[in-house]
Amino acid sequence: MSEETITLNVTRYRHEKDRAPFIQSYQVPYREDWVVLDALNHIKDELDGTLSYRWSCRMGVCGSCGMMVNGEPKLTCSAFLRDYRPGEIRVEPLENFPVIRDLVIDMSGFMDKLTSVQPWIIREKEKPVSEGEYLQTPDQLDAYQQYSQCINCLLCYSACPIFGLETDFIGPAAIALAYRYNLDSRDEGSHRRNDVITDVNGVWECTFVGECSVVCPKHVDPAAAIQKLKVETVSGMVRGFLMPWSRK
Amino acid sequence: MKHEIFEHDIIIVGAGGAGLRAAIAAAEHAEHLSIALISKVYPMRSHTVSAEGGAAGVMRDNDSEDTHAKDTIFGSDFLADQDAVEILVREAPGELIQLEHWGCPWSRDPDGRISVRPFGGMTVNRTVFAADKTGFHMLHALFQTSLKYDAIVRYDECFVTSLLTDDGRVRGVTNLNLYTGKVQIVMAKSVIICTGGGGRAFPFTTNAAIKTGDGMALAYRAGVGLKDMEFVQYHPTGLPGTGILITEASRGEGGWLINKHGHRYLQDYGLGPATDTPTHRKMELGPRDILSRCHMQEHQKGNTFEGPYGHYLHLDLRHLGEELIDSKLPFVRELTRNYVGIDPVVDPIPVRPVVHYMMGGIHTDTDGKTSLEGLYAAGECACVSINGANRLGSNSLTELLVFGARAGRSAAEFALNQPSPLKSPIDLLAGDEQKRLDDNFLKKEGGTEKVAGLRQEMQIAMEDGVGIYRNEGDMRKTCDTLQSLRERFANIRIEDDTSIFNTERTVALELDFTLDVAETIANSALQRTESRGSHNRIDYPERDDENYLKHSLAFRAPGGPPKIEHFPVTITRWEPEERKY
Amino acid sequence: MEKEMIVNRPDNSKMYHPHMPTAWWFRKWSYFLFMLRELTSVFIAVFLVVYLFQIYHITQGADAYWEIAGQFRSGGWIAFHGVALIFAIYHSLSWFKTAAVILTPRVGGWMVPPWMVVALHIAAWLAASAAVLMLYVLI
Repeated sequence: MSEETITLNVTRYRHEKDRAPFIQSYQVPYREDWVVLDALNHIKDELDGTLSYRWSCRMGVCGSCGMMVNGEPKLTCSAFLRDYRPGEIRVEPLENFPVIRDLVIDMSGFMDKLTSVQPWIIREKEKPVSEGEYLQTPDQLDAYQQYSQCINCLLCYSACPIFGLETDFIGPAAIALAYRYNLDSRDEGSHRRNDVITDVNGVWECTFVGECSVVCPKHVDPAAAIQKLKVETVSGMVRGFLMPWSRK
Repeated sequence: MKHEIFEHDIIIVGAGGAGLRAAIAAAEHAEHLSIALISKVYPMRSHTVSAEGGAAGVMRDNDSEDTHAKDTIFGSDFLADQDAVEILVREAPGELIQLEHWGCPWSRDPDGRISVRPFGGMTVNRTVFAADKTGFHMLHALFQTSLKYDAIVRYDECFVTSLLTDDGRVRGVTNLNLYTGKVQIVMAKSVIICTGGGGRAFPFTTNAAIKTGDGMALAYRAGVGLKDMEFVQYHPTGLPGTGILITEASRGEGGWLINKHGHRYLQDYGLGPATDTPTHRKMELGPRDILSRCHMQEHQKGNTFEGPYGHYLHLDLRHLGEELIDSKLPFVRELTRNYVGIDPVVDPIPVRPVVHYMMGGIHTDTDGKTSLEGLYAAGECACVSINGANRLGSNSLTELLVFGARAGRSAAEFALNQPSPLKSPIDLLAGDEQKRLDDNFLKKEGGTEKVAGLRQEMQIAMEDGVGIYRNEGDMRKTCDTLQSLRERFANIRIEDDTSIFNTERTVALELDFTLDVAETIANSALQRTESRGSHNRIDYPERDDENYLKHSLAFRAPGGPPKIEHFPVTITRWEPEERKY
Repeated sequence: MEKEMIVNRPDNSKMYHPHMPTAWWFRKWSYFLFMLRELTSVFIAVFLVVYLFQIYHITQGADAYWEIAGQFRSGGWIAFHGVALIFAIYHSLSWFKTAAVILTPRVGGWMVPPWMVVALHIAAWLAASAAVLMLYVLI
């Protein structure tokens, strides 16, 4: 009995050889428990060593292996072949990003945005380690925990048409991370972060398509973070205008 | 060929937990130092991200540094250096609190204090955790905090190929810029290696694809000894097939290991009594080496299940209830649902032992210093040693903080007192490295061996020879296989001649490193004629303190297998005794 | 940022830069609905202008008003108002959906589920509409 196979149509692009990306087809064995990443590894190891893509943990937490699978941004380590059978599977680099090669996108712009929102605890006065931890109740932890689950896989950027049109938009993951620190009971730096995220490339670029939250593999819900930030910064501004003494 | 040259005070190779902690420590040690953080992946992709259970430290009044030290030393089967362990336990709480100040979302008690949970081999609840994504949260907190230091500059996606050494000291590194395919020179007064372990030497591992032992091989090639490489930890609960880790915290929270007769078999191996709620150091909270061996013995007795990926046993969490699983072990539920299609709330989880951690590594002192002047190491790639022959779960995250910080500070201090390196010998050294890379990888022509094929043969040889149970015959065979693989590696075929993000090259470079690491593991294991911790020999089943209360040290020997030396363990206050739980 | 933190970056001229196709919003149902929602604002704006125009004519006396009102009886204007109504309903519903994302009220330790927030909004909306209708009937 011949082994069942499945066809992967993979985007290839090597700047030195190709003027534009093209699609290359590979036949890989079909296995019930294989994910798209397993199929790519099979191609790399057995069929074509020249195919390049990023991957590492293969358990959905390192965030390396985001790609477009049949037009949807997915972590390929958790996209099972069985969910696409018997059709063919199209694997493309994440949309809205420049392509370095094959399935590898340029994420240096995202790294700059991440830095720009100052994603670290900001204190007016640091407490020395010798004085112990900042107390934080489970409820206070709960307030930001969801927004701390982002693995920087960039699926949300790929799903966001606003980012596709305006690549300077700080974008879902970075804004959600800023919000995560704003909500942290240990942090005192929200005004500094809000200066950045309410600026021209910040939250007001977002028109709430909502797809970022739909594709997020970690249920971070960046769309909610952005909408809440819009309301909070505006109400903060109004309050500051009406009661100038209340501004911290 | 002229190379692009960059200069810094300190280079850190590897940007996982240890590398980031070292970078921050160095930045805080002296203001005007320039710190280069070089990694073959973006920092947040590093394998620290996959650590689940927690980080150990004395956090409560019912605990003491001495108990933590004793547990660690006992767990190490007395091979840990006790002075190093004393430093670890002393500095652990401060480091864990420091990380709290940097925003790590540790799980909390109702009163707002950081929570602690029980863990294998520990006598008290002392494992600090962030649900069951501790490593993920630690890594991201460290990375995000590192962004606020201007002194830290990053070389993301740069593959370090060699250490540049001259006049008995390290001068910098050469790296392959993945975006250009060109070799760059980065110079510094001190270099810290923080590249993690090399679990990918084995076929079945919890380790990520990037864990290929690069840094260990870099130091080894520069003449530094690799210490205690024979000690490879098998984690008793990995998912069959993928090897994905199911955290020990699932047992700390009360999970049971059961065989195909529904029996909690660990009580048959002296780990009882089988109580319903977890008892420290008993049953499922025994140490990893012993639990992994119990699994293999159950297999021998025919008490395991058989599946498409071989034998497995059950980890049963059903009695813990949905609420506890969702609050303390959400990632376990996510992983098992995704990768084995079962829900731990209603089904037991299939598990088997899987390669998880390397106790051995680059030989360092307690400041992370190696025998090569200016070279430091920290984290899994280093061996201080606090783990000895068997690491206790949740000590490694603590280790990377404590010794990452120490290495960062001492490398900074060293750099402050050194003149800038001269450029002239560097050009020459880089020229040699360029030629080696060109001949073997970048401009390699011909060749017939497939890298993936060699890698697979290596992995199988490692499992056959230096798995959970070992014996001389099999180990010799593995050593021979590795030797022949090394010869065949010279004949690899690299088809892709483009330079931008050419992963066919990096995969070959990685295997080149892993082969070195594999050789040190197999040869060190062959030389140790005793059983201790994770190193279990059928032909020498007893621990032999008279001859082997010693560290092994593997040195590179040109053209042949590594040369293995031994030197005594540091004992301070805990005399070796029989290790019985 | 004052200082460059990243030393190595991919060369812009050596990458492939994809462009968003003009008809990007036809590629996904969710994108299409989003564009439709953006479009609602046009209809609602036109409706409001017309409405202001009508109010203005009321101030000019009954005759002036009925003369203008007569012109809105044409099929085109009725169709426009029908579409505007549908869009207004769609826009309102999507607004309530957004409200459920932004408002996550807690009652004690219990988090009010988003569907309930939407339901409360819809209920308030229906009540307000009913009140307006009553006013109309009474007068």
